[in-house]
Amino acid sequence: MAGKAQLPTSNSALIAMIADEDTVTGFLLAGVGNVDLRRKTNYLIVDSKTTVKAIEDAFKEFTTKEDVAIVMISQYVANMIRFLVDGYNKPIPAILEIPSKDHPYDPAHDSVLSRVKYLFSAESVASGRR
Amino acid sequence: MSGQSQRLTVVPTVTMLGAMKARLVGATRGHALLKKKSDALTVQFRQILKKIVLAKESMGDVMKASSFALTEAKYVAGENIKHTVLENVQSATLKVRSRQENIAGVKLPKFDYFSEGETKNDLTGLARGGQQVQLCRAAYVKAIEVLVELASLQTSFLTLDEAIKTTNRRVNALENVVKPRLENTISYIKGELDELEREDFFRLKKIQGYKKRAIERQLAAAKEFAVEQFAEKVALQKGISVNAAHNLLNDAMQMDEDIVV
Repeated sequence: MAGKAQLPTSNSALIAMIADEDTVTGFLLAGVGNVDLRRKTNYLIVDSKTTVKAIEDAFKEFTTKEDVAIVMISQYVANMIRFLVDGYNKPIPAILEIPSKDHPYDPAHDSVLSRVKYLFSAESVASGRR
Repeated sequence: MSGQSQRLTVVPTVTMLGAMKARLVGATRGHALLKKKSDALTVQFRQILKKIVLAKESMGDVMKASSFALTEAKYVAGENIKHTVLENVQSATLKVRSRQENIAGVKLPKFDYFSEGETKNDLTGLARGGQQVQLCRAAYVKAIEVLVELASLQTSFLTLDEAIKTTNRRVNALENVVKPRLENTISYIKGELDELEREDFFRLKKIQGYKKRAIERQLAAAKEFAVEQFAEKVALQKGISVNAAHNLLNDAMQMDEDIVV
């Protein structure tokens, strides 16, 4: 079951990022960046030259890595690989769609938020009927 | 959904009836407990829903503030700051720790962020704009705080969603499949037992009838024998034939009966 995925016992995990350069820079400044022994980073900078394939690969890698607890992904990047993001339903790592500087945040596209809104409206309809 | 197809295949005995009743009691209790669990989870779920919506809205503001702080830092410290930052990445100082919260037997993961060791970017912007850079850093740490909170809410949301679905499925299975089946089995066993009882009763009645008839026959035979003996005695005493004695006796009996009537 999807609910059974758990963090490793070491109990400290990373935050991975797939976002534009400015956002990544900001978060790196805050200190979430990590480079492992094989010189692999836990972030991917998406610019105009980044291919969708590269984003897909990064997304798959981050979501399957054991030491990643949260994957932050810019919403316009998430829109490029929407099928992957929507198909992902494991609780850990959590996928967070964040707004980026040049692209305003649209709650309608967020996979989780759309479900939340759907449930909210469904529940309010149900409670109205009662 | 007929009663016959929806029952367990059991031997209809009193022991089995007891066992089935015990199982029905267990199923009822389990159903009640699961229903309570489902309610508790739903309450939690709605709270989380509300929190998620709030957090998503605040996330927009926080991200806007931090982006602005970064722009300020860039303006003061120059475009090159991002190269310095990108080159300085070694190991994460801001990490996430997970703990578990237990809600009605469902383990919900909660994330906490914590910083570990010194930041490597202390010297960034030493030449100019150091203060702005530090402000920007603080803004992004604040953003991380909100995002980590949101992530744990989101994780709880997904986990709870799954748990509620499973629980409701179990509740419905107990209510619509297990309990009717047990009830059908119990009524089947009761019917069978009643049938057996009726059969037994009928058999007893039958046997009673047979016995009664046998006793009557014996009584009749004994009476006949007694009459025969008496007739012989009378015949011997009076010196008449046995047949005449019979007639005599019959007349006497008739008269007796007349007197009785």
